[in-house]
Amino acid sequence: MGTTNPNSEFTTAADLVPQSWKHRHLLGLENLSQEDITTLLGTAITLKSATNGCHNKLDILAGLTIANMFFEDSTRTRNSFSLAARRLGAETVEFSASSSSVSKGETLIDTAKTIEAMNVDAIVIRHSTPGSPHLLSNNVDCSILNAGDGPHEHPTQGMLDIMTIYEQRGSIEGLTVAMVGDITYSRTARSNIWGLKKLGAHVIVCGPSTLVSQAWEQYGVEVSHNLDDIIPRCDVLNLLRIQFERQYTRPFPSVREYAFLYGMNKERMAHAKEGILILAPGPINRGVEVTPEVADGPHSVILNQVTNGIAVRMAALTLTTTANQRQSPNGGNI
Amino acid sequence: MSHSSPTNSPTKNSLLIRGGRIIDPSQDYDGVADMLVTDGVIVEIGENLSGNSTVIDATNKIVAPGLVDIHVQLREPGFEEDECIATGTAAAIAGGFTSIACLPNTSPAIDTQAQIQFIQQKALLADNCNVYVIASVSKNRQGEELAEMGMLAETGAVGFSDAPAPLGNTDLFRRALEYSKMFNKPIIDHPELPELSQSGIMHAGATSMVLGLSGMHPDSEELATGRDLRLCETTGGRLHLMDISTQGSVELIRRAKGRGVGVTAEVCIANLFLTDELLRSFDSNYKVNPPLRSQQHIAACIAGLADGTLDVITSGHAPRAIEKKMTELDRAPFGMSQIELTLGLAITHLVKPGHLDISTLIAKLSTNPAIALGLNEPSYHQKGTLAIGASADITIIDPNAAWTVQPESMVSRSHNTPLAGAELIGRADTVIIGGCVKTICTGT
Repeated sequence: MGTTNPNSEFTTAADLVPQSWKHRHLLGLENLSQEDITTLLGTAITLKSATNGCHNKLDILAGLTIANMFFEDSTRTRNSFSLAARRLGAETVEFSASSSSVSKGETLIDTAKTIEAMNVDAIVIRHSTPGSPHLLSNNVDCSILNAGDGPHEHPTQGMLDIMTIYEQRGSIEGLTVAMVGDITYSRTARSNIWGLKKLGAHVIVCGPSTLVSQAWEQYGVEVSHNLDDIIPRCDVLNLLRIQFERQYTRPFPSVREYAFLYGMNKERMAHAKEGILILAPGPINRGVEVTPEVADGPHSVILNQVTNGIAVRMAALTLTTTANQRQSPNGGNI
Repeated sequence: MSHSSPTNSPTKNSLLIRGGRIIDPSQDYDGVADMLVTDGVIVEIGENLSGNSTVIDATNKIVAPGLVDIHVQLREPGFEEDECIATGTAAAIAGGFTSIACLPNTSPAIDTQAQIQFIQQKALLADNCNVYVIASVSKNRQGEELAEMGMLAETGAVGFSDAPAPLGNTDLFRRALEYSKMFNKPIIDHPELPELSQSGIMHAGATSMVLGLSGMHPDSEELATGRDLRLCETTGGRLHLMDISTQGSVELIRRAKGRGVGVTAEVCIANLFLTDELLRSFDSNYKVNPPLRSQQHIAACIAGLADGTLDVITSGHAPRAIEKKMTELDRAPFGMSQIELTLGLAITHLVKPGHLDISTLIAKLSTNPAIALGLNEPSYHQKGTLAIGASADITIIDPNAAWTVQPESMVSRSHNTPLAGAELIGRADTVIIGGCVKTICTGT
């Protein structure tokens, strides 16, 4: 795979960002090219190493301000973006929907324009409605980073999952990766599907027929409703949380039955390949999609994912804000 | 496009439309001829007519019975930020329509005689196109108690509907079909089973799956269509199905008509050429109900038009203020401002590719919608026809005029269209209502 070699020879953000990267915004992985995804992955790896595993500070985004605009609850993604921004020397502004002018009737676009007018360079948005980051990207000049738009996409989550697999395996191409569980309402599943497929993985979506549409086959994705059938073939299992909060009707009879059919447990692990990786985007529901002995077992890379989240978000902020400066009328010198 | 000011209007007395291709589906007539209009009535069609008349040269143009749009939201009273009667009727003329029927989704809903009279008076003052009122089936469009249909019909209601909401209560619907028979007015339903479309934003299919947007399944429309047809058959009532958009619905209607069920059916112009794939842009202007569906459903609707299963093409005109549309997709209301574009879209996407001939299109845009609401009757001065003695409502169409959609120059108060910049062929050139030339489109 043609991943950019980790390059520690850089002093500014611009040194890190190839001219081929054109995206002012990061809205999803579906519309990125293989080269873009490789650039994002390579930049994340470089920044992880340059910050000594996301620990040290690196002031390549000093002077920038990043706003977190979260209209849905979040702890890991919000904090991960904040830490990523601060590690790179940027300032952060926190904005939450419940304590803001949105509760006074202000529109999403007006709220974003107001934040932008405070000289913000990037807005990180999480919203329950697909397309909301896209709406903003057409109406503001700063960079927009999608931190999850309803069930649509969550590109940094997809990338951090891919980075975690890449670190363990050295390549994505040829791997069989199964996304297990609630595909219908999962933005993590969608971002993973697009990213993994562009890097040459075979992707399986597996879960109840009410939550896994047969139509995924049209996009070159294998569809399964039987976890036991696919386990022996998988190099990676990504265990998704049931998104109860998005479901208008209950798609399966009980959590107990779901765990019986799709819960990853010790017995099922016995049929897996020796080097199988267990991922979970979290928050995990122990005893539902995964049992504690699997979540905390030797195959689990769940905590690596969290660390890599900061690396991917550092890369995403660096790439998008640099592209935006290059494209802005007075920023052509970068 | 320019509008003739009232003071410049030619005299109402006599009008000679010379050398046009006269197409009148109501009489199966298609030929180049002259047409003489006197005192607001068509008096003669023939070759080399002359007289002391204002002459309109219609060479290379089509002289059609005035277009009739029976699915228009005028939004007044209550939602004047979207549209009002004066702007909506002016937009109708700009689109080539001489008569429209407006839906009752105003605030308050059109469920009283006073409401009907309000609209009639406003339309009279606006002096644009003819406006006919579709009153609500139920009081306040609540779907619970029947509105006073007899008195509403007496005041001028041409049909009854709770649209754009579906008639959810089957018992009420059945009684409405039975009761309206006494007044010979159709019940007009938007077929949708809410349980299968609730919170839906777009057509349920592969695209909605990828975008993570809630889908409106074709079953929602088709189950309601099947129910409506059954009720129509057993009651012997008059039913008009609006908003048909799926292959299954077309098939159900085709079979019902084959059994002799007295139903008419329409499709909105958007459902004849736009697909659900366009929602990939997340542009809320593509959010309409019925939703944009796949090419397969579009093909079925076009086939339904061609074989007579679907009688009518409407604009589905649903103007919405920009501030309502410039928001998250789930908050944005359904609807497209379409009345000015419908004729051009239909010629461009249906006639030019050879799906329908121009005569069939004129039937779907004039003769058939007039018949669906009984506007072809003498009491309405015979809409949808160029018969001698009919009111001179005439749309002269330039079928080859090339023009570009420019939302900012639209006449409707709302410009909620995703079609900015679209290149269209064909538009209304001259609109004549009751013998009066209303608008001369010069093209843009």
